[in-house]
Amino acid sequence: MKYSYFPGCSLEKSALSYEQSTRIVAQELGVEFVEVEDWNCCSATECISLNLGVAYAVIARDLALAEKQGLHDLVCPCSACYLNLSKADRYLQETPKLAERTNQALAEGGLSYKPGSIRVRHLVDIFVNDVGLPAIAAKVIRPLSGLKIASYYGCLLGRPGFHGQIDDPENPILLDEMVRATGGEPVNFPLKAHCCGGHMTQLNEATGYAMILRLLKNAVDNGADVISTPCPMCQMNLDAFQGPVNRYFKTNYHIPILYFTQLIGLAFGMNPKALGIGSELVDARGALSKIGTAPPATEDTQKKAPPPRRRDDKSLPMPQPLPKKIPVRRAA
Amino acid sequence: MTTATAQVASDFIEQVIANTPSECHLEMCIQCGTCGASCPSAEAMDHTPRQLFAMIRAGFKEQVLASNTPWYCAACYYCMIRCPQDVHVTDIMYTLKRMSEETGLHRDSVAPDFSKAFTRWVFSSGRAFELGLMAEHRLRHNPLGSIQLSDMALGLVRKGRMDLTPPRIKDLEGFKRIIAKARELEAANEV
Repeated sequence: MKYSYFPGCSLEKSALSYEQSTRIVAQELGVEFVEVEDWNCCSATECISLNLGVAYAVIARDLALAEKQGLHDLVCPCSACYLNLSKADRYLQETPKLAERTNQALAEGGLSYKPGSIRVRHLVDIFVNDVGLPAIAAKVIRPLSGLKIASYYGCLLGRPGFHGQIDDPENPILLDEMVRATGGEPVNFPLKAHCCGGHMTQLNEATGYAMILRLLKNAVDNGADVISTPCPMCQMNLDAFQGPVNRYFKTNYHIPILYFTQLIGLAFGMNPKALGIGSELVDARGALSKIGTAPPATEDTQKKAPPPRRRDDKSLPMPQPLPKKIPVRRAA
Repeated sequence: MTTATAQVASDFIEQVIANTPSECHLEMCIQCGTCGASCPSAEAMDHTPRQLFAMIRAGFKEQVLASNTPWYCAACYYCMIRCPQDVHVTDIMYTLKRMSEETGLHRDSVAPDFSKAFTRWVFSSGRAFELGLMAEHRLRHNPLGSIQLSDMALGLVRKGRMDLTPPRIKDLEGFKRIIAKARELEAANEV
């Protein structure tokens, strides 16, 4: 399995542990990455707030460089880069005038991009749909049994799906299935697809910190030992801002935030240091020492359905639960 | 009491649509309020998205572009996937941010300044530079807050998670030429 790879600015430094763990876990799973040569910042949500044409030119340079590599699928581990690149490609396809102008700008740098020639995919999509959960489960030598993991999907992994929805946009399940495949215990986390606020901490502390607090409280209230995420912005907000949030609201949360790749790597028996564990500001050692303290989940216990709820025949009909497997929908 | 409808720009809705990529379906809004009810930062907004869309339709250009609502959009896309009319709420918020910046009608410059500082670093080196951005932005708008956050920044530096100098791409000249050309074309056109 060979893909173009777009790490994004965060993975170069502030989310270096995500880059380290992604690289070694992908290698273990037989996934090969060819990094886009001389890629630039996708400009997150900022350039698009000021100047449309410049924002699309900046993003299209990356798409053009990826197109030159000759691989159709471009993998982004960062949810914000994934959103930006897939969105730009989709809107360039749907807005020919914008595409024409974007290409005029690209020509100044000796580049061009044909909208629709790259399919942008998130790392989670690759692991679940191309590698597959059984292949991941087969590599597990140190199951994460005893570790209660709240999978925090954030916004952009599942919404709005400019290059096809890989999971349900409101009730995603892929990361929880990955936790199950690695022997961990997924915890119920109702706010799992809610927003961490992105750059809100820099605009208004009261609003930004409240958005972070909600998520920490919801995960802790549901008994999580650790929060796992596929997004550098989410990790930064929940981890680095956990101290300031505690100070602001006089709370005392202490829940480590790890990347889902770091947890997979631990289950594969990889060296925690090589996975970048230790670079989080909220120390994960206490939580990770729980691994192996509970008996590993067996096939029976994993598949055991919850006890049926008693039904009152006179009550109003309730909404039906979502199907367990969500069909993968892709844009044509 | 001053009237809120001092100047009505009846073509405002067309301007917003014309400056938004793809089909944004703004004209399809049925005022159901699903957007505001789904919004994680609605509490901090001057107007909910639904109110803003009604104001756009009524041509209240100045009031809309002075509202803090677009700048408080965290771009989480909840409203966009829930909208029964497929209005591209998030994209419209971006369009309103650009129009409010262009006309200078926004009342609070914190958010536009953050975007400007971020893009300035990207344009000058090709990559984002968090330390420079945070220092520049916070010292300007929240110096006391920067002192409170200095332990967090130090923690990130100590853990090797913060660059002390801006990273650079190789073909920075080509990158800058692309931006200059895009800026020139943008000045002359709508979408």
